Amino acid sequence: MTTTVNLDQIAREVNQRLARPTWRVMVCDGTGCVASGSRLVHRRFLDLTEGLDGLAEVQLAAGDLCRPLVSRTGCHGLCQMGPLVVIPGDGDGREEIFYCRVTADDVPEIVETTFKAGRPVERLLYRDPSTGTAYRSSRVIPFYANQTRLALADCGHAEPEDIEEYVARGGYASLRRAVTELKPEQVCEELTASGLRGRGGAGFPTGRKWLATLRATGSPKYLVCNGDEGDPGAFMDRSLMEGDPHRVLEGAIIAAYASGAAYGYFYIRTEYQLALARMRKAIADARRLGIVGPNLFGSSYAFDCEVVEGAGAFVCGEETALLASIEGERGMPRPKPPFPAESGLFGLPTVVNNVETLATVRWIIEHGAAAFRRYGTPRSPGTKTFALTGKIRNTGLIEVPLGTTLRQIVFEIGGGVPDGRKFKAAQIGGPSGGCLGVEHLDMPLDYETLGQVGAMVGSGGIVILDDSTCIVEVARFFMQFTQHESCGKCVLCREGTRQMLWILQDIVEGRAVPGDIELLEQTARAVKVASLCGLGKSAPNPVLSTLAMFRSEYLAHVERLYCPAGVCSALKTFAIDPDLCKGCTLCLQKCPVGAIQGEKRAPHRIDVALCTKCGVCATVCRFKAIAAR
Amino acid sequence: MMKPKDGTIVLDGRMVPIGDHVNLLDLIRGSGIDLPTFCYHSDLSVYGACRLCIVEVAGRGIVTSCTTKPEPGMVVSTRSAELRNIRKLTAELLLANHDLSCPTCTRAGSCQLRRLAERMGIDRIRFRRRQERLPLDQSSIALVRDPNKCVLCGDCVRVCREVQGIGVLDFANRGSKVQVTPAFGQGLGEVECVHCGQCVNVCPTGALAARSQVNEVWAAIHDPELTVVAQVAPAVRVGIGEAFGLPPGESHIGQTVAALRAMGFDRVYDTGFGADLTVLEEGTEFVRRYRSGRDLPLFTSCCPAWVKLVEQWYPQLLGNLSTCRSPQQALGRLVKRELPREIGVAQDKIFMVSIMPCTAKKFEASRSEMATDGRPDVDAVITVPELVQMIAECGLDFAGLEPDRMDLPYGFKSGAGVLFGTTGGVTEAVLRYAAEVMGKPLGRPPGFHEVRGMERLREAEVELGDGKLRLAVVHGLAAAQKLVEDVLAGRRKYDLVEVMACPGGCVGGAGQPPARTPSVRAARQASIYQSDTMLQMHNSQDNPYLQRVYADTLGEPGSSAAHDLLHTHYHPRRRTGAVEVEITGATEPSTRAVRVEVCVGTNCHLRGSHDLLHRLIDQVNERGWGHLVDIAATFCNEVCERGPAVRIDDELYEGCTLEMVLDRLERAIAAEGTPVVASEMRGQ
Repeated sequence: MTTTVNLDQIAREVNQRLARPTWRVMVCDGTGCVASGSRLVHRRFLDLTEGLDGLAEVQLAAGDLCRPLVSRTGCHGLCQMGPLVVIPGDGDGREEIFYCRVTADDVPEIVETTFKAGRPVERLLYRDPSTGTAYRSSRVIPFYANQTRLALADCGHAEPEDIEEYVARGGYASLRRAVTELKPEQVCEELTASGLRGRGGAGFPTGRKWLATLRATGSPKYLVCNGDEGDPGAFMDRSLMEGDPHRVLEGAIIAAYASGAAYGYFYIRTEYQLALARMRKAIADARRLGIVGPNLFGSSYAFDCEVVEGAGAFVCGEETALLASIEGERGMPRPKPPFPAESGLFGLPTVVNNVETLATVRWIIEHGAAAFRRYGTPRSPGTKTFALTGKIRNTGLIEVPLGTTLRQIVFEIGGGVPDGRKFKAAQIGGPSGGCLGVEHLDMPLDYETLGQVGAMVGSGGIVILDDSTCIVEVARFFMQFTQHESCGKCVLCREGTRQMLWILQDIVEGRAVPGDIELLEQTARAVKVASLCGLGKSAPNPVLSTLAMFRSEYLAHVERLYCPAGVCSALKTFAIDPDLCKGCTLCLQKCPVGAIQGEKRAPHRIDVALCTKCGVCATVCRFKAIAAR
Repeated sequence: MMKPKDGTIVLDGRMVPIGDHVNLLDLIRGSGIDLPTFCYHSDLSVYGACRLCIVEVAGRGIVTSCTTKPEPGMVVSTRSAELRNIRKLTAELLLANHDLSCPTCTRAGSCQLRRLAERMGIDRIRFRRRQERLPLDQSSIALVRDPNKCVLCGDCVRVCREVQGIGVLDFANRGSKVQVTPAFGQGLGEVECVHCGQCVNVCPTGALAARSQVNEVWAAIHDPELTVVAQVAPAVRVGIGEAFGLPPGESHIGQTVAALRAMGFDRVYDTGFGADLTVLEEGTEFVRRYRSGRDLPLFTSCCPAWVKLVEQWYPQLLGNLSTCRSPQQALGRLVKRELPREIGVAQDKIFMVSIMPCTAKKFEASRSEMATDGRPDVDAVITVPELVQMIAECGLDFAGLEPDRMDLPYGFKSGAGVLFGTTGGVTEAVLRYAAEVMGKPLGRPPGFHEVRGMERLREAEVELGDGKLRLAVVHGLAAAQKLVEDVLAGRRKYDLVEVMACPGGCVGGAGQPPARTPSVRAARQASIYQSDTMLQMHNSQDNPYLQRVYADTLGEPGSSAAHDLLHTHYHPRRRTGAVEVEITGATEPSTRAVRVEVCVGTNCHLRGSHDLLHRLIDQVNERGWGHLVDIAATFCNEVCERGPAVRIDDELYEGCTLEMVLDRLERAIAAEGTPVVASEMRGQ
C-alpha cells in the first residue's frame, strides 16, 4: 500500500521554515553566474552567516538576531551582470534588492550594510548602461520589466534542488489535479484550447500531438523530453532544467498522462552536466515522494522515467534521430511519416516534447487555457523564452509574449547595441534560422511571421549583429556548423551544405567568380525544399535570408573583392596614412614578411604584393596610422 | 483538373489505380515511369536518403515518393521545373563527390551513377570536386571497397544488416566526412564479413566489388606448361546471359563452354558433377545420422558464407554441419587427383579455375583445409562479371557462339546436380538420393517439389521408408540465424536444414550480374528447374561417370576413401583477436610447464580478473612453482557472462576464484608427465 503524498502539508512546512529568517539570500547558480564566480560568493555567504567567526547570527538594525537563509537558485537571466545576488522582499513592504557583479569580497559589506543596517549597497545595484540610473529591484529594471515570465516564473526565485520548496510554490498541484480530476482527453483538450505550440522550433500544436499519441495503437507508449539543445548561443532549455527542473518534470508527467504514456526519457546532451544532475535529482526526489511511480496521487496512473545522456550530435535534437539515439542506434533521422505519435521509440507511439514546451504545461493547467491565450497572438499564443546574445548590452535569458517585436527585445529588454555601433541584423533560431534586418525591427516575432521571411522561432536563440559584422562571414559560420553537424544521410544536406560552405569560403576569401552567388542560391533552395529532415531543410536559411537582405554585400565581395564591414581579412588592403605615420619603424620591425619599407622618421609604405594581411602592423602602430580598407 | 476515382491517384494527369502498391514510388514505377533512385530496394527497408525519387504532391509540396503512402485522390506530378532542377543538382552534387574514374572502374557498365548522369543530361559539374583520396580496402580475399566511389546510399549497410543479419558495415563520422566502413576503420577482411558479397550486389556504383582474379587466370592460360581446367557452377548458366543483354533466366551453358574453349581453357567441367558427388556423400551422411539420431539437424555446408557464420557465431553447431566438401571443392580435389593419371600431366601443372555466381567461393578456395600438400585444390575463382570481362576482352560475340559441350567425364551432371543453383535445390537433390536408400512410398511423383519456392523459410515433412523427415530450407543469413536460434532454443526441430546465404540461393549470388529485382532471381530459378527436366538423369546416383568414380577409386559413398577425398572439417573462429601477454616463463619455454591464461578482457576485468592474476602470480612464486607454470594474460575467451575465465592448459574454467585456480593448477602440476587431454582436443 503506497501512501499518497500530501502536497499541502509539505507546502505548509516549507512556508513556515521560509518565513522564519528575516533575510534570505539567493545566489544565482545558473551556468553564466557560476562561470563568473557565483559559487565563491555563495560559499562566502555561508561562511559569514554560519558561524566561522561567531557571526552565526546577524544582529539586525532592530536589534533582533537572525540567521539569513542562503540559497542557490537557477538562472535569473541577466547573465551579463553576474554573479547575481537577490535578496527578496519580505512581503511586508520591504522591497527586493538585486545585486549585480557581486564578488566574494563584497559579501561582508552586504552583511554589514544590508542585513545589519537595512540599506542596499548602492554600488552593487543595477545601473542603466546609457543613463546611469540605479535600480533597486528586478521589478523595475527594464530588462525584467518588459518580460512576461510564465515558464521562467520561479527560475531564480527558488532552490532548484529542493522539491519541498517547489511544492510550497504550488508545484505538482497541477499534476495532482490532472491525474485525479481530469481524463487524458480533457488534458489534451485544455492544451489544444490553450494553443500551445511546440517550443523546440517546429511549432506543432502540443495538444494535438498528445491526442494523436493517446489515440495511436500500440503499447507501451513513451514520452520523450527533448533536452538536446544544440544551437550556438541558445541556453533556454538548459536554464529551465538547471533552474526549475521540477517544473519540467511536472509538465512531462502531465504530458505522459495525457498521451497515455507510462514511461519517459529525458534526453539531455552530455555537455549539460548541471542540467543532467538536477534532472536526475528531481526525478529521484519525486520518486521518493511518490510523484514518480505507481498510483500517482492515489489514482491508477503509473509513471516512471529516466535520463539519457546524448553524446553530442547536434542532429539528435531532430526527433527521429533522437529516438534512434535512445534506441542505441546511430543518430540519423528517419523519414516521416510515420510520425513518432504512431511509430516512435522502438516502433511504438511516442510523444516527443521540447523542455520549454513541458515547462509551460503546469502554468496552463494551473491558470487555464484562456489565461494563456491572453498572451501572445491568436495563432501563436503564450510566451516564449529567448537566449539573447551577441552585440547587445544585456545578454541573457528572457521570456516575452510571442508577437513581441524585435525592437522591443533588442532596445527595451536588451538595452540596445553597445560601443556606439549600429544594429545590423538579428540571427534568430540558430544555425537553422534566418537573419532579420533593420526592416524587420517592428515585425512581431511569432511562428507565422518569422516563417514568412525565411527565419524561424527555432528553439529561440537570438544573436544580435552590429555593423562591424560581415554578413557573408556570418552565413559561412553557420554553414560550417550545419555542415559539420549534418548526419550525412541524405545527399542534399550532406553534399549541399559542403558545397555551400565551399562557395561561402570562396566569397570571403576572394576566390569567388561570377555565377557563384546564383549557384549558392540555387543549391540553398534545393537543399531547403528536398532534404530529409529539419536540419537539412533549415540549413540554407542563414544563406537565403542574408542573400535576400544583404545581396549587395555578397556582390561587393565577389565583384569588387571588398568586404563592406572590413572583416574578411583576405579582402583587406592595409595602408599607412603618411600624414599620421611618424616613421617610428615599429611596424617595419614587427612585420613577419618584411612587407613594410621606410626610413626612420619618414612615412613608411606597405608593399601590397608581399603583405599577408595579418594585421600585426595595425595592432602595434601607436599613432593609428595603419588601417585596413 | 482531373478528379480521381476511388482507389486511384492522378499521376501526371492520368488516373492510376493504387492497387496493392505500398508506396508511391512503387506505384509510379509500376505505371511505367522509372524514377531514378539509389537507396530504394524492394528487399530492404525504406531509407529516403538519395532524394532522387522526389515528386510533387498537391497540398504537400515536394516529397520523396519512396516514403509516401499512396492515398486515394492524391494528385501527383513527377515533372516540373523545380523537380528537374533539384534532381539535376542532386546528381551534380553526387558527381562532385565521386572520383569519376569510370574508364577504369569494373562497375562502369552497370553503374547507376553513370546512368543517372546520362539520364539527367549532366554535361558539366558546376560544383568544386572533392580532392582528398581515401585508401582502398583490399584486406578481404573476396571483396574490394573503394570509398572514393561511394555515394553513401546505405544499401550495403542495410542489406548486410537486414537481409544477412551480419552488420559489418555502418556509417561513421558526420557531415561531409561520413563514410561507410566496418567498425573502427578496420578492413572487411578483418571483421566478421562472411564474403557473401550481397553488398556488392546492391551497390549502385563500384564502391564495392568482387576482388578480380582475372589476371591470374590469364597468366595461367598463357603459361604453356599449365593445363588450365574450368569448372562452371550451375547458377552461372542462368545468369550470364543478362550481362550480354539477353533475357533474365535464359540458360547459356553451351555458349559459356564455347567461350571458355575459345579463350584457351584446356578442359571445361561442370560443378554439377561435384554437386552429384556432394549429394551422394551428404545423402549418406544424412541417412546415417538420421538412423542413429545423432548430430541432428544436419545443416548443409555447400555455402561458404554460411559455414563461416557458423564458425564465428555458432561454434556449438559445427558438429551439425555436413562434413562434405562443397561441389566446388569436391570437384577441384577429384580432378586434381584423377586428371594427372588420365591425361598424363603432373599434378602441380593443373590450374583449376572455377566460375562461380559467388564471392564467398573465393574465400572458400583460399581456406587452408581446401589445399592438398600445400597447393590449393582450386587455384582461382572468378565471378560471372569477371568471366564476362574476359569474354569481352577476347572480342567474342557471346550470343552468336556455337554452343559447345562440356568435357567428359566431369562435365556430365544429373539434374539434381544443377538444382544446387537455387534455394531448395540441395535438399531436393539429397532427397532424391535418400529416397533410393531409405525407400520411397509408391505412387510418389518424381522430385520433391514441396521444398521449392522463394519464401525465406520453407518447411516440409517427407515420408521416406519408415521415417518421416522434417526439413527446412532457408536463404538469407538473417532468416538462417533466426532459424538457428529457434533450433537452439528447442522451438523448432528438424532433421535436415539447407542454408544458402544469398536470397534465392546461388541464383541470387553476388557473383552474378547484379539482380535488382526479385523477379530476375525468380526467372533464374525457373530456368534451373527447366534445366533439370531437360537433362537425361535426374538423380545424382544415376550419373554413370560418378558411378565409375566410385567403382574405380572411392568404393561406397561414405567410405573412408571418400572421406579422405571429399570431406573436410571446420574450426571455431574467435570473434575477438586473441592477444596474449606472457607474464612469466616466456624466456625459456619449458615443455613441462603448465600453461595458465587469465582472461583480462573487459568483462573478466570487471569481474576481478586483474586482481586474480596478480594474486595468482604471488601465490605461484610463494609456492615455488615458478619453473612449473607459464602465466599469460589473454583477451576474450568469449564466455564473458561467466567470467573471470582462466584456461589451464586447454581446459577453460569459468567463474574462477583464486582458490579454484590454485586447486586446478595443483592437480595439473601433479598430472604432468601424463600428457593431458589437451593434445587430443587439438587434433580434432
